[in-house]
Amino acid sequence: MSERIKKWPGVELSAADLNEGKVTQTRFRPNAKYAWSAGEAMSRFLAELQNGRLIARTCHSCKRILFPPRMFCESCFRPTDEWTFIQDTGTIETFSISYLDTDAKRIPDPILVGVVSIDGASPKMGMMHYFGDMTKEQIRIGMRVKAVWRPWEERRGSVLDIRHFGPLKEDAK
Amino acid sequence: MRKVGVIGAGMTLFRRRLQETGKEMCFEATKMALDSAGLTRADIDMVVNGTAPDAFDGVHMKGEYLLDGCGGYRKPYTRVFTGGGTGVFSSIAGWWHVASGLADAVLVVNEEKMSSCQPHPQSVFAHIWDPILDRPLRPNLIWIFAMEMNRYMHVHGVKKEDIARVAVKNKRNAVGHPCAQLADPNITVDDVLNSEVMAWPVQRLDISPPSDGASAIVLASEDFIRRRKIKDRAWMSGVGWCIDSTMWTDRDLYFPEYVARAAQTAYKRAKISDPRRQIDFAEPYDPFDYKELHHLEGLLLARKGEAPILTREGVTERDGDLPVCPSGGLMGVGNPIAATMGQKIGELFWQLTNQAGKRQIPHEVHTGVAQAWGDLMQYGSVVVMSS
Amino acid sequence: MTFLDRTTDARRFRQWEGNMEADYIYTSGVAGERFFVALRDGGKMLASRCVACNLDYLPPRLFCEDCFAELSEFVDVPPEGRVAAVTMAHLDRRGTPLSRPQVWALVTFEGIRGGLVHRLLVPPAKARVGLAVRAKLKARGDRVGAVTDIEGFEPVRS
Ligand SMILES: [Zn+2]
Ligand SMILES: [Zn+2]
Repeated sequence: MSERIKKWPGVELSAADLNEGKVTQTRFRPNAKYAWSAGEAMSRFLAELQNGRLIARTCHSCKRILFPPRMFCESCFRPTDEWTFIQDTGTIETFSISYLDTDAKRIPDPILVGVVSIDGASPKMGMMHYFGDMTKEQIRIGMRVKAVWRPWEERRGSVLDIRHFGPLKEDAK
Repeated sequence: MRKVGVIGAGMTLFRRRLQETGKEMCFEATKMALDSAGLTRADIDMVVNGTAPDAFDGVHMKGEYLLDGCGGYRKPYTRVFTGGGTGVFSSIAGWWHVASGLADAVLVVNEEKMSSCQPHPQSVFAHIWDPILDRPLRPNLIWIFAMEMNRYMHVHGVKKEDIARVAVKNKRNAVGHPCAQLADPNITVDDVLNSEVMAWPVQRLDISPPSDGASAIVLASEDFIRRRKIKDRAWMSGVGWCIDSTMWTDRDLYFPEYVARAAQTAYKRAKISDPRRQIDFAEPYDPFDYKELHHLEGLLLARKGEAPILTREGVTERDGDLPVCPSGGLMGVGNPIAATMGQKIGELFWQLTNQAGKRQIPHEVHTGVAQAWGDLMQYGSVVVMSS
Repeated sequence: MTFLDRTTDARRFRQWEGNMEADYIYTSGVAGERFFVALRDGGKMLASRCVACNLDYLPPRLFCEDCFAELSEFVDVPPEGRVAAVTMAHLDRRGTPLSRPQVWALVTFEGIRGGLVHRLLVPPAKARVGLAVRAKLKARGDRVGAVTDIEGFEPVRS
């Protein structure tokens, strides 16, 4: 960068050099399968999703209602105290209009995805999810939304038991 | 604690694919850093390696795998890892080896070979998400940045044009960098705004590329520097690091609180009370163009929401009042995660010792700050360096 | 510290399953390219030489791990090596019993730092440290420039 350095090391390869085997190489596909234990807090959370409810944990020390629920408060560093149900409504904190799917492949109809802060939890505490029943022109930060649950028989105890969050019609309450 | 100086730096080309193995890249960068410090491997007491998840290179225990290329053979050797934050954090680990008095001369070597992962590192990025809360939604990594960018734009009413200016500045700055992967002297704001939408508001030219590359620095104690009569040195006057909650959906994404806390720690050590006045230039972490703005505010070099204005007014250009990413950053030089130490700590060293050549900031600079960011968007590492 | 809700029934715990999808291509690298091209096209093994340390490396390396010199000189590995260590595998990588045990060995060569781990092509009863061996290569047309171009090491019959 030194202006004193004349040669910068590195042999650049093209995609073809690699994919057409123009340089010697070894290929490997790991076959790693996992079963993650959901643990105490997440097991209850998933069970309640199957019941069509969102559940949080309270910390009596900092008075927060923690969502997603956890068995210890990371701030007070003590066990949390009680289970409490919160609403299935909330506010869009942020969102993205994604033209890429999970494998970075392009998709013609974009996915609406974002973070919803959930009513009844402490401020700004929420979860990531899809948005539906709205267009990419209609979605906006601050929009009020409500969980659209899958029918009971389709629920598996997963965040996907919520199909997406759709517009909340406040006056319909 | 003892004073610690950076006395040498080196890096490989940053490219989408390099033929060299990870160890060979490490060797090239390390050899260059040693040569520039006028030292040999025998002069080195301890070695620190920084490298991101094993799954990119596809080698488990990557630290162990890379050790001979890092010069670690039969020496005290440690790998450190704080996600993307490793780009600056590993130099902090090197700093504490010397500051504590345990070592006089230390090598810090960072590496990433992302081309091993096929067809794209995206497939393993999926595994940084929470397996129960996030992964069933089949998220794309870009989503999380898109959501953070959107929140930042929303809170401050930032326009995309002002964010695109960062991509333009950094890709142009990178023209003077011999290792740059994506330098472009002719890029315009319109090019960025018209590039393919990935996950709105993120477009293709808002993103730095995945890269192969390695970088290395040599650190030494004040005593060692005096004894060896080493002329080119820049002092690490302050270091700080901080991590926020792992529950990313519980944070307001508009402001990087963890960077601010890391910066405050570093500034206190460096006796900096007014960063905007006392810091001459900055190398914040810019894997996305908006991140430079976000981080400038976290580094307390701009008020909240002010970074886009400073950028629009040219303050952050290389010849501006506060040059930002004079290296060309990750946006222009490339993003081999941990190896971006080359554009961060390396650039501070080269600028402060007047070795930056075409990239040299035209006015005199005495103090710079480098920062990196990582884990699941909640880790900040900050280093202040002075001539 | 202990959780107030203590686990008394592990069956209440759920689990979440998944796998890690990733494919890898490993380039042989600069020194590795020399080694594998010579193996594929010339049917021979190369070591890289550090003149300063008077040392040869197998597999060849781009640099000397000791004096940190860049190595550009390559020498032929002698055809005959010796078994330095040996083991018998009764299970495959997934833990399934093999119908016949496989013999694996670390083969080293005189005056060369390093060596190769590979199949030892002898019955288990004949496997022993010190055995003189040489590489058995696949036919030229089947070689692709990878460590599997070597089928294994077989005893040198003299
Ligand atoms: Zn608490
Ligand atoms: Zn040597």
